[in-house]
Amino acid sequence: MTQKTLLDVKGLKTYFYLEGKKVAKAVDGVDFSVSPGETVALVGESGSGKSITSLSIMKLINKPGKIENGQILFDGKDLVGLTDKQMTNIRGREIGMIFQEPMTALNPVFTIGNQIKETLIRHKKISKAEAERKAIELLKLVGFPRAEETMKEYPHQLSGGMRQRAMIAIAISCDPKLLIADEPTTALDVTIQAQILDLMDEMKKKFNMAVLLITHDLGVVAEYADKVMVMYGGQIVEETKVEELFLNPKHPYTTGLLESLPSLEKEVDRLGAIKGMVPAAHSFPVGCRFSDRCPHAMDKCREKNPELREVEPGHKVRCYLYE
Amino acid sequence: MYQYIIRRVLVFIPMLFVLTILCFGLIKAAPGDPFSSRLDPKINPEVYEKQREALGLNDPIHIQYLNWVKGAIRGDFGESMIFKGRAVSDLIGERLENTLYLGLMTLFITVVVSIPIGIYSARHPYTPLDYGATAFGFFGLATPNFFFGLVAIYIFSITLGWLPAQGTVTRPGMEGFELFIDKIRHLILPSLTLGLAGTATYMRYMRSEVLDVLGSDYIRTARAKGMTERSVLYKHTLRNALIPIITLLGFEVGTLLAGAVITEGVFQFPGLGRLFLQSIGNRDYPTIMAINLMLGFLVLLGNLLADIFYSIVDPRIRYD
Repeated sequence: MTQKTLLDVKGLKTYFYLEGKKVAKAVDGVDFSVSPGETVALVGESGSGKSITSLSIMKLINKPGKIENGQILFDGKDLVGLTDKQMTNIRGREIGMIFQEPMTALNPVFTIGNQIKETLIRHKKISKAEAERKAIELLKLVGFPRAEETMKEYPHQLSGGMRQRAMIAIAISCDPKLLIADEPTTALDVTIQAQILDLMDEMKKKFNMAVLLITHDLGVVAEYADKVMVMYGGQIVEETKVEELFLNPKHPYTTGLLESLPSLEKEVDRLGAIKGMVPAAHSFPVGCRFSDRCPHAMDKCREKNPELREVEPGHKVRCYLYE
Repeated sequence: MYQYIIRRVLVFIPMLFVLTILCFGLIKAAPGDPFSSRLDPKINPEVYEKQREALGLNDPIHIQYLNWVKGAIRGDFGESMIFKGRAVSDLIGERLENTLYLGLMTLFITVVVSIPIGIYSARHPYTPLDYGATAFGFFGLATPNFFFGLVAIYIFSITLGWLPAQGTVTRPGMEGFELFIDKIRHLILPSLTLGLAGTATYMRYMRSEVLDVLGSDYIRTARAKGMTERSVLYKHTLRNALIPIITLLGFEVGTLLAGAVITEGVFQFPGLGRLFLQSIGNRDYPTIMAINLMLGFLVLLGNLLADIFYSIVDPRIRYD
């Protein structure tokens, strides 16, 4: 790695301790890095561990969950070792986060202005008047034409897309180095989705932020990401540049995902589907976690889980087919 | 928001009207009249009829109702039939003060005890102290008022001698600060007794509300913004968790007044509740109707206040 990385996640394991001594290994040994100004996408089905990975970086894992092992090096500091109090100085200031559900992610009893200002006052130590001015500026930046009035409005008075814009304004208010977007457009109308993603991309360029984009939408990945990691069963199964993933997918899971997308070039009667379901995080199969659903599964796959290996420069895969 | 409050107050007026009809109608529907329990059966029917005529009991029912409402609007509920020569409004006036003190003290204890314990339980669920609070909750809900009152008198008044067992003042003629302290001392046991069930209820509600809010998306957002634990709890969580509690406190007015009837009996407390019991026992119709109306009015008022507070705390309510 020639470039200095901003975020370096090494061997991250986040487990949930369920009743009856069951352990759900939601994130089980994840390594990746994000460079400054880069957009990295984390793709996977529901239950693949991508959201838990992002919440682990923020250290917002609640009981019975726990970061079991690993390092989260952010800007040279290991976040895993920080106390909750120290983390409050990282969250919102150095790492901004937006969530999937704009309808419920804003506090219903405070005005939009109040919710932006409190972040500014908390981290920037500025006066109320200054925070007011900065908040209006931010709202204009994310596309509120009547920003002064919006300041006094409550979340329920805004549409879903507008609330997500307000969330973005909060997330970028303190010029974070990293923006984590956990399925930011899943709950929005298709027409609004593109607007929100374009806005995020614009903000990213303007403030030179890195973005960790969590999504299950490969179309979004193709459009906005530089690097992509495919997650399955709490582990990364493929990691490469975006173009490479679409042109030359290697892991059978990735090919399955791509086949389930409609294509303009080929006409098919039925879109492909990956048979079976994502295994529950407390009962992964022995060996490769995808082996039960994989069309190419061999005996070896059911015995030992393959390692994530670099099979071509900049292209890592966790599969025996490429050994 | 002002529009909402005005609209809500306007709705209050027809409800009051219905309340007067109910208070009046229920008493009229009851068999007998004020004389039936105290008259010698051998009395001269002519005298009896004269008395009924004099009290207006032979007028058509709507005339009687109008006369009563006309008086009630001016605060005149007629004369008591057992406390001879005393106006019902005076009787209620002197008792109401005591009951209001009792109610306020009870509400104060309920809020001050239940809300902090509820918050603690929600922040530290499934810990020994939370289980202790739960146990206290079941105890509070399961123990009848009068029984707890008697036990409290036995322990704190008779055995330990810390607090007075009955009445509102130790001796007449006390003044100023001394009187204030004396009144508070007399209020402690009755208000603990009256507030026991409420405290247990609110504690449970508060626990589940705070737990609920702490798990919500906007609390995760607040944490993700780097808000301190203090701000997350006291600003973001409490404001939301208290919304349903406010509604319940509005209803509590009615529960307190109804509960006071029994508690005041146990503590020989000269309040509205005891007057109510006495007047029912003696078929003192003017007093019964007046107290009924008053209690109904206070319940409606409690709900009105709760609605108004609710609209202040929850911005989503205002524009409906």
